[in-house]
Amino acid sequence: MTTLTATRRRPKRPQRPRRAKGGARRVAALARAELRLLVRNRTAMFTALALPIAMVGLLRMSGTGDDAAAGVGATMTAMMIGFVLLFVVYYNLVSAYVGRREELVLKRLRVGEASDAEILTGTALPSLILALVQTVLMTLGVAMTIGFDSPVNLLLVFVALVGGSIVFVLLAAASTAFTKNVETAQVSTLPVLMVCMPLSGMMFPLSQWPDAVADVARFLPLTPVVDLVNLGLSGVSVDGSVVDFAASFEAAMMPVAVLVAWIGVGVWAQRRWFRWEPRG
Amino acid sequence: MPDVIEVTDLRRSYTGGFEAVSGVTFTVRRGELFALLGTNGAGKTSTLEVIEGLTVPSGGTVRVLGHDPYVDRAAVRPRTGVMLQAGGFPSDLTVGETAAMWAGTLSAPRPVDEALDMVGLAGRGDVTVKQLSGGERRRLDLALALLGRPEVLFLDEPTTGLDPESRRDTWRLVRDLLRDGTTVLLTTHYLDEAEELADRLAIMHRGRIVRTGTVADIVATQPSTITFDRPDPTSSPPLPELPGALVVDDSQDVVIHTDMLQRSLTELLEWARDHGVELHGLSARSASLEQAFLAVAAEHEPRTPQTEEVPA
Repeated sequence: MTTLTATRRRPKRPQRPRRAKGGARRVAALARAELRLLVRNRTAMFTALALPIAMVGLLRMSGTGDDAAAGVGATMTAMMIGFVLLFVVYYNLVSAYVGRREELVLKRLRVGEASDAEILTGTALPSLILALVQTVLMTLGVAMTIGFDSPVNLLLVFVALVGGSIVFVLLAAASTAFTKNVETAQVSTLPVLMVCMPLSGMMFPLSQWPDAVADVARFLPLTPVVDLVNLGLSGVSVDGSVVDFAASFEAAMMPVAVLVAWIGVGVWAQRRWFRWEPRG
Repeated sequence: MPDVIEVTDLRRSYTGGFEAVSGVTFTVRRGELFALLGTNGAGKTSTLEVIEGLTVPSGGTVRVLGHDPYVDRAAVRPRTGVMLQAGGFPSDLTVGETAAMWAGTLSAPRPVDEALDMVGLAGRGDVTVKQLSGGERRRLDLALALLGRPEVLFLDEPTTGLDPESRRDTWRLVRDLLRDGTTVLLTTHYLDEAEELADRLAIMHRGRIVRTGTVADIVATQPSTITFDRPDPTSSPPLPELPGALVVDDSQDVVIHTDMLQRSLTELLEWARDHGVELHGLSARSASLEQAFLAVAAEHEPRTPQTEEVPA
């Protein structure tokens, strides 16, 4: 989803539309192959199917129906988006990038016509599509079990999904620098997973941490995604106040700024540390 | 017409300081096959990877079709085809899926079936890459390199791991491509491959080019050799002086290295006739590429005492 937006936006240089068109075609060819590999990878497919089923099961057990407090549906959705970004996007892609690197596929692709960005995007696209499908399915699950109040600002949810996807694709690429092979990805991804899960507000509100911890947690990569989803769906802002559509933009400025900063960090880290072939 | 590939004083160092390529200069003309020949570790692949545009050189310049292959990647890649030393294919894709993926990234690919047919993999399209033999993987790699109808083809040890018949087939394919005007830069450690295919070649040793030219040029740097069984010293006079020749006389054979094969041989035969000496096991031959190649290695190694040469 992110990718299509990116490629569609590219013909800002109208004198070279063919290059952009070729870019979309190259990304599609790479994504098609990567999708085949994803479908043939049993572990990845199991996670892909088990995660939403487990989620919906969890919701059924905790489903509070009509008694649901304001914003519970939004909180649940934010949690699921957090899980999807961490496991389906981040963890899957660390494995995929490292796997292709160790098989010399990335090196091979780099002697062809695809650009570096196209190679990384094509490899990421199937996981992103899978993440989107899961998000939609699980959101439907929440809608049917808990239900939503009418959303405050869906644009912010969209920004959270797109921005979060870009950040975690880039963090996955950067994490390959300290991941020796596909097996060690299980360990090398732990720091990001273990820091983001408790410190993003996805599992419980950051207000349950001491203020000093919560203040630092605001600047972690997953926190602004969770904040924006909550804000967009229920209007609950970072400081706990409930805002309307107009005020939600102002409340979104800080999380969006953090998200943009992480995209900058991710691009820099990818350029600085990403290796295209195994260490010799 | 400018040269298709121009390499000037190319250097490549790895992290840790090891310099794999130490100032290499050569050009490849349009339509010729240029071979980089050398032992393992001579710096052939390190050189080729820079020319392919995979990495920046630590010194010197590379131009491919007039462009910097790393910086102007988008301009160069649609016109080049690369066969890496080790193929990079996802092992869970089939041959056909791999080729289709690659074709999808190219501007003007040939049909996938045509490319697979060229390398003799027609009918293997449904086999997964992990089930292929080493030789079949090399041929799949070659098929991908040919998919984009390249003007310039880079082949890094293209026949390593192939059976003799597949090697011949590959050579035939490369010759067909040359006839159609493709320019080829090839690395190999097979001397017969270079002799068979190369218009010009460079012998690399420890990151440097130590010989360059046509096969004939390089062979001409080496002396020709005359050998015969050592005549019985009690019944025959001492060997004649042979100008420009080095005579090695051990207990069994006499070996004469000469830059003037015809003259040395004539004098030797006249001496034999005049003294009535029968030269058993006589042979005379021009130098070979192998001899030139081994001489390069020998002259750059510290001398080992076991090969002592005794002038006659």
